[in-house]
Amino acid sequence: MERTINKFSVKYIQILDEKGNADKRLEPKLKPEQLKALYRWMVIERAFDATALALQREGRIGTYAQSTGEEATHVGSVFATAENDMVFPDYREHIAFIMKGAPIKNLFIHWGGSEDGMAIPDNAHIFPVCIPVGTQTLHGAGFAIANKLKKEKTATLTFVGDASTSTGDFHEGLNFAAVFNAPAVFIIRNNHWAISVPRVCTDLDWGGCQSRAETLAQKGIGYGMDCIQVDGNDVLAVYSATKQALEKARKGDGPTLIECVTYRITPHTTADDPTRYQDEKTLKAWMQKEPLKRFQLYLKRKKLWTEEWQRALEAEAKKLIDQAVKEAEAHKPKRDDIFSFVYAEMTPELERQKNG
Amino acid sequence: MAKLTIVEAVKDALDCEMAKDERVIVLGEDVGVDGGVFRATDGLYKKYGKRRVIDTPLAESGIVGTSIAMAAAGLLPVAEIQFDGFTYPALDQLFSHAARLRNRSRGRYTVPLVVRFPFGGGIRALEHHNESPETYFTHTPGLKVVIPSNPYDAKGLLISAIRDPDPVIFMEPKRIYRAIRAEVPEKDYTVPLGKAAITREGTDVTLISYGAMVRECTKTADTLAAKGTSCEIIDVRTISPCDYETIYASIQKTGRAIIVHEAPLTLGFGAELAARIQENCLLSLKAPVLRVTGYDTPFPYFKLENEYLPSPERISSAVEKVMKF
Repeated sequence: MERTINKFSVKYIQILDEKGNADKRLEPKLKPEQLKALYRWMVIERAFDATALALQREGRIGTYAQSTGEEATHVGSVFATAENDMVFPDYREHIAFIMKGAPIKNLFIHWGGSEDGMAIPDNAHIFPVCIPVGTQTLHGAGFAIANKLKKEKTATLTFVGDASTSTGDFHEGLNFAAVFNAPAVFIIRNNHWAISVPRVCTDLDWGGCQSRAETLAQKGIGYGMDCIQVDGNDVLAVYSATKQALEKARKGDGPTLIECVTYRITPHTTADDPTRYQDEKTLKAWMQKEPLKRFQLYLKRKKLWTEEWQRALEAEAKKLIDQAVKEAEAHKPKRDDIFSFVYAEMTPELERQKNG
Repeated sequence: MAKLTIVEAVKDALDCEMAKDERVIVLGEDVGVDGGVFRATDGLYKKYGKRRVIDTPLAESGIVGTSIAMAAAGLLPVAEIQFDGFTYPALDQLFSHAARLRNRSRGRYTVPLVVRFPFGGGIRALEHHNESPETYFTHTPGLKVVIPSNPYDAKGLLISAIRDPDPVIFMEPKRIYRAIRAEVPEKDYTVPLGKAAITREGTDVTLISYGAMVRECTKTADTLAAKGTSCEIIDVRTISPCDYETIYASIQKTGRAIIVHEAPLTLGFGAELAARIQENCLLSLKAPVLRVTGYDTPFPYFKLENEYLPSPERISSAVEKVMKF
């Protein structure tokens, strides 16, 4: 006997096309000021990125991971969180810190080479930058399980990159979240590249790519988890999918995996040279799909965007960021703090080493 | 006062803390319905329910990774890893996150987590069930490493570990899980972390050890006492942070030191102790510091495990060497 015992499908959502036309049936019900806030955060993220890159080039901060071109994925999803929903970033979601209430200067202190930057205020519900890729999946899952155990009606939002989906912790994290029906939402920021290794396989016989899976979203299916793929350059699609997933999670209906398809139009970090491996034609094609332009066209059509407002936003972003840089550069990490935060109470041995 | 084995004392500590503080939860493979493969969580599932005694999927990195976040969220998780050799899949979470989250966030996030597991050889077990991985954890700043050698300490140290604000690796000597029965108070009490114990006073040589090897040192000392050599025994109890002062004071008295552990020789905890002893006690030393340890080999399958494990014979022969030096 042979029969099909199950069939699976993965839904894809795009609400705004590249020209900023909205799919009326899917358009989220956002107030004009919310739409403008989404755009404002994206402008701030892009401005932050430009400043950080310039500072790195001048040797004023260290190696830096750029985020330009991926704003819709970051902003759309974090905008959907409630204040107490904890965000688990990796290292490219700078705006997530700012949106969750961390001072911008903290990011410059961090990327400028000091742990002090990750001393974020208690009311900013975000975990510190996480560099070992995929490992934070377990933190998003575990924190959500704890929330559930404590009967708190909050959810977690965890970001991973496309390459994280190859790690063991990603899979263990999804499995734990599913098995405990945890209030957790996982965002795969599929920007198509893990430094030089592409997401999609062209050689179907010998590696050189991240995954043969047609979508990364479908990896959730293996764990009995709802999953969806969205246009990661469409801030409304990212927002809608995340909002629904978070509401579902808070209601006790379990976790969701959301794949946001975007493109890394920047190098991996400032230490990377993508001309060694990236095809320029594809890059240029993706630049046409970048998220700010289409959202701007959409807002303009809704009479929510003017050139004047754009200039005001850019001026505001510049002011905020310049002030943050100034404050960050005035911050001097203390030598003794190398020892101060290893344990709650300094051990006699560390005390001895500190005093040299 | 009840007479308990080490594994019963572990369960008793968990029970005391769970009764006292609802933030304490236990999670791991087979810890719930089954009560743990060594029965270290026996009865807790029935008493505290599935939400606090949690059977997890079989994934050690998953257990530790989720526990880290649960700890950061304000719970006090005690994660069981079923065997020593299965801590290895969880090392990345322990090294990269448990040990560093406090430092990385400058104290905003902390990890009051205990990871406990049975360790060491001597029970005729399969491969990967006999490891002594304490060096890896001790070499990792931000972790504490605790190893009891008797029922009283097992309960008191585990309670201290659960109440500690930082991640504690709690290694239980499975070879003597049921070998010793001793008086253990019924109510909760603590044995402080970072304090060694002198378990036998002596004048000729200091034997420094922890876990199941303390008993081997005691057997050795009994035999040697009859021959006229007086051994002092130090049970380190907490490998990190280590109570070096107690060790130095003993060596300043005896002038001779032998370190005994099951873990391989090279860069084992004995190497650190030997280095520190020569830095701090050079003029007291009457002989070189010797180490009696496992070999720099994989732990052998059980037909040869007694060849590998430090024995009273090997410890005695080291004592003879330092006495004759």
